Amino acid sequence: MLPPQGSAYAAEVDTMYMALFWLSVVLFLGIAVAAIGFAWRYRYKPGRVTPHQTHNTMLEIVWTVIPLLLCVGIFFWGLHGWMEYAVAPGEAMEVQIVAKKWIWQFEYPDGTRTVNEIHVPVNKPVRFVMTSEDVIHDFFVPDMRVKHDIVPGRYTEVWFTPTVLGVHHVTCAEYCGKGHSDMQAKLSVDTDAQYANFMETGGTEWEDYKNNPAAWGKLQYERKGCSTCHSIDGTRITGGGPSWKGIWGKMEEMNDGKKVLVDQDYVTESMMYPQAKIVKGFEPIMPTFQGLLRSHEQQGLIAFIKSLGNDPKGGPPAPTMLSLPPKAQPGQTQAQPGQTQAQPGQAPAQGQK
Amino acid sequence: MEQQFDTSKIGMWLFLATEVLLFGGLFVGFGLMQARYPQEFIEAHEHLQRPLGSLNTVVLLISSFTMVMAVQAAQRSQKKKLIVFLLLTILCACIFLGVKYFEYSHKFEEHLLPPRWYHAQPGDTVHDPSTGGISHGYGTFFAFYFMMTGLHGFHILVGIILLSWLVVRANRGEFSKNYFTPVDLVGLYWHLVDMIWIYLFPLFYLIK
Amino acid sequence: MEHTLTTKSHTGDRPRPAKNYLTEEKGIWSWMTTVDHKRIGVMYLVGVLSAFFVGGMFALLVRLTLLTPSHKLFGRVLIDAQTYNRVFTLHGAIMVFLFIIPSVPAALGNFVMPLMLGAKDVAFPRLNLASFYLWVTGAVMAVLSMIFGAVDTGWTFYTPYSTTTDGAVTLMTMAVFVLGFSSIFTGINFVATVHKLRAPGMGWFDMPLFVWGIYATAIIQVLATPVLGITLALLALERVFSIGIFDPKLGGDPVLFQHFFWFYSHPAVYIMILPGMAIISELIPTFSRKTMFGYRAVAYSSVSLALLSFIVWGHHMFVAGQSQLATVIFSALTFLVAIPSGVKMFNWLGTMYKGNISLETPMLYAISFLLLFAIGGLTGIFLGTLSTDVHLTDTYFVVAHFHYVMMGGTVIAFIGGLHYWWPKMTGRMYNERIGQIGCIIVFIGFNMTFLTQFFMGSKGMPRRYYNYLDQYQALHAFSTVGSWVIGLGLFMTAANLLASLRKPYDAPDNPWGGTTLEWQTSSPPITHNFEDQPVLEKAPYDYRPEPVAH
Repeated sequence: MLPPQGSAYAAEVDTMYMALFWLSVVLFLGIAVAAIGFAWRYRYKPGRVTPHQTHNTMLEIVWTVIPLLLCVGIFFWGLHGWMEYAVAPGEAMEVQIVAKKWIWQFEYPDGTRTVNEIHVPVNKPVRFVMTSEDVIHDFFVPDMRVKHDIVPGRYTEVWFTPTVLGVHHVTCAEYCGKGHSDMQAKLSVDTDAQYANFMETGGTEWEDYKNNPAAWGKLQYERKGCSTCHSIDGTRITGGGPSWKGIWGKMEEMNDGKKVLVDQDYVTESMMYPQAKIVKGFEPIMPTFQGLLRSHEQQGLIAFIKSLGNDPKGGPPAPTMLSLPPKAQPGQTQAQPGQTQAQPGQAPAQGQK
Repeated sequence: MEQQFDTSKIGMWLFLATEVLLFGGLFVGFGLMQARYPQEFIEAHEHLQRPLGSLNTVVLLISSFTMVMAVQAAQRSQKKKLIVFLLLTILCACIFLGVKYFEYSHKFEEHLLPPRWYHAQPGDTVHDPSTGGISHGYGTFFAFYFMMTGLHGFHILVGIILLSWLVVRANRGEFSKNYFTPVDLVGLYWHLVDMIWIYLFPLFYLIK
Repeated sequence: MEHTLTTKSHTGDRPRPAKNYLTEEKGIWSWMTTVDHKRIGVMYLVGVLSAFFVGGMFALLVRLTLLTPSHKLFGRVLIDAQTYNRVFTLHGAIMVFLFIIPSVPAALGNFVMPLMLGAKDVAFPRLNLASFYLWVTGAVMAVLSMIFGAVDTGWTFYTPYSTTTDGAVTLMTMAVFVLGFSSIFTGINFVATVHKLRAPGMGWFDMPLFVWGIYATAIIQVLATPVLGITLALLALERVFSIGIFDPKLGGDPVLFQHFFWFYSHPAVYIMILPGMAIISELIPTFSRKTMFGYRAVAYSSVSLALLSFIVWGHHMFVAGQSQLATVIFSALTFLVAIPSGVKMFNWLGTMYKGNISLETPMLYAISFLLLFAIGGLTGIFLGTLSTDVHLTDTYFVVAHFHYVMMGGTVIAFIGGLHYWWPKMTGRMYNERIGQIGCIIVFIGFNMTFLTQFFMGSKGMPRRYYNYLDQYQALHAFSTVGSWVIGLGLFMTAANLLASLRKPYDAPDNPWGGTTLEWQTSSPPITHNFEDQPVLEKAPYDYRPEPVAH
């Protein structure tokens, strides 16, 4: 009668539901037996006189008060369950949802984004902070017994602690137009190991850009904060860093007089150890992006920088295809300066998703 | 006959109740928007022309007085007086609409309009953080201004038509102390329309 | 008047009058300009039943589309998603605004209530005709909106979807605006009628319960409908002039629309059910030949339902984004509003107890009502309870719940009442056997269609879905077959009633042995209802045997 239970809360809701179900069955049977029973027992006989019973005050009071008490009890029981749904625990991981016709966009605290798919670790509370870009949608996870409308122009919330591993269904539950019934997502409840692996690869969005690393890089340029300090049109941003336009393959002068080739190694080092080399005329203020950029995001940025104009005399080619790194060996960190990701002999990127 | 008079009165009071609810919804909406944009509403209402609004209030109050006199004349079978007071009421109503016309023209000229067409005025200080432009609160104030005064003005227009119809019937000698129900009922309607203005005027023009 | 017990076919002493309200004046013009409440009732009846037919056709199309996940019939896709969205919207809008809300009050209430009060007509006969023409205008506008792009917003018109989608939304909402005025004027008319036009000797607590129900309904019509009017006007203004009250991009609040909309639409559902209950309060005492048990309780419950209906609207919005405090308060109040309905149920059963019950078609419909409304009401508890509502709202569970109360409740009561008063209105008796079979078929089909949907919704099937997961296919298919059974039953019923019109007049004044005043006049009544002003001599539903008159 009900979907599989995906959380402890689901079990509580089901208990309430089943209680109401059996109560309804009993009351309905009572009414049905009375109605049909009376119709049979007191079926028409010519000449029979019916008693003139206009009312019975005591009976009427009883059958008003008892339902009232039942209702009060049910109300409080429902309230109790609902209060758990209504208030997220403080330690819940926050995931942002931006809904729009007719897709689900999820964003993790570290900036990882996925579309129509969300991974969460089992047995840990997760809180969804949601808004819509267009019309009202609704985030409904039947297995968790939770739903809440997603309203444009404001934020709404829903939370749960999943206890059952596997894939659970997410479906939009507020009519939003032609694609309403196609607006589905997958909620994957993972073991800690599975979840960690997922966070490493950073979701599914990058796969759409596999053949266009420069476009992926441009997105990272906008999302990871690079655009705050580095322009792409040659202008200098006050308080920022060098513009990226045309720097690929250039011999850049550092503040200690040394000249350095702007290539993959240099760019990677600048992301991970920004204080190691400072371009002349600039301040040593860039923060490190260690742990904040996945390998495919770095590859994308490098490809993007190259695409902004390069010196034909300089440097090795930028990556033409995004890929995941080989599994890290114990003791080895993921992004080392000098680590190259060059792919041999790939055709240049064509078109875009 | 008495039963018919009483019945009609019940009917008219019920209709007036529906009008109260109709406008009530708008008042509630206004209140909610004011709570959302308090500063903008204060600044926006400075752009309304208080002298014209006050003039209209006085005009409507006079019209309520002339309406009462008209009902009394009908009750006393004073046909000439009835017609004169009905005409005076219509005159006041027309003045009201005329003044409204000038007010509305001013709003259109200055682009004091709903958010889509609103132009920022000197003195507008609140900005919308997400767009950088002027806050939507100003336009929203004027959206409500037009909706509520517009709906009210429509009711004044309907009132003029009803009053004119009464003049025609009065001229034909249809009203006397034995039968003046329509005058009484239109009087009730007119008082309601006046009362709605009594709420609208301070709400838009005066309240800080 | 004399009153006997075994009144299965009481012909009365009076010869059939030569002319009645149907035959006294002839010609289309006499109908179009009539101020006779009976003729207006008949015109309304034709109108709302036509709307029911159109809305029903849309319903069959919805269910047919959902027969399989591929939406195919004989190898071809029936309709696409966008068309489906329009079809379910029109089904809802037509059924709610063109059919159910006017149905009992305007068609049956108009006809029967003045007779029950011993009056010649309603308080404002010309206003009554105006109400009818407003209904017609609204209906024409609704039809035009279907032609000029239709509407795909759902009958609830939630913003910002309804302010930004294309289609004839403005035209349809203006149609509903006009229909709202039709409803308001009917309400004003009925309140004034009940206050002022009762027969001499008929105090408030001597009125039939049907009148109490219609009166309570009229109060809601007068107070709630204007709010719908202004809400739809705001919606239209938003669409046309971008006012910005509901559109977040212009600083508005989409949830505000929902508050305004449900502030009317919750009382509206009581406009729908109270008249249905009012009919049941007539049918059960009559066919049980026993006085109504707890008359005062039932009368008070009607009025209290009318008043309580105004304070529970937020229970449609538990997950919409209203404040948590509001959510809790609305749930508590919702439980309160459940009580008067339960009280009525027990009173009806108490009336049947130790009665002398015959099962003619109207009584079969009344018993169906008891069973179906019980299910509808009990499932309302699942939805009023906060924790279960979060899971069930916006799923098929809600769809099933409201069809049980609106169709299993009001429509069943309406058809029962139609059969009950058919002899009075038309002067003909319908075929009893076919009427009973029709009722049973509708009852079976209805449960097939909608009981299934409770289970679909509990499993997580959302509403207003064109595509669905394969796991729901069997349930959807079963529900669709049920809709065909309903169609069969309704078709039989309609044919049965219409066929009776080909007979000559054969209905007695009082075929059922009813005690209310409409049965004291001929079937069909004369134009001014009663030969002489009736004076009430005893309370309604008094089945005590009279001493034989000398």
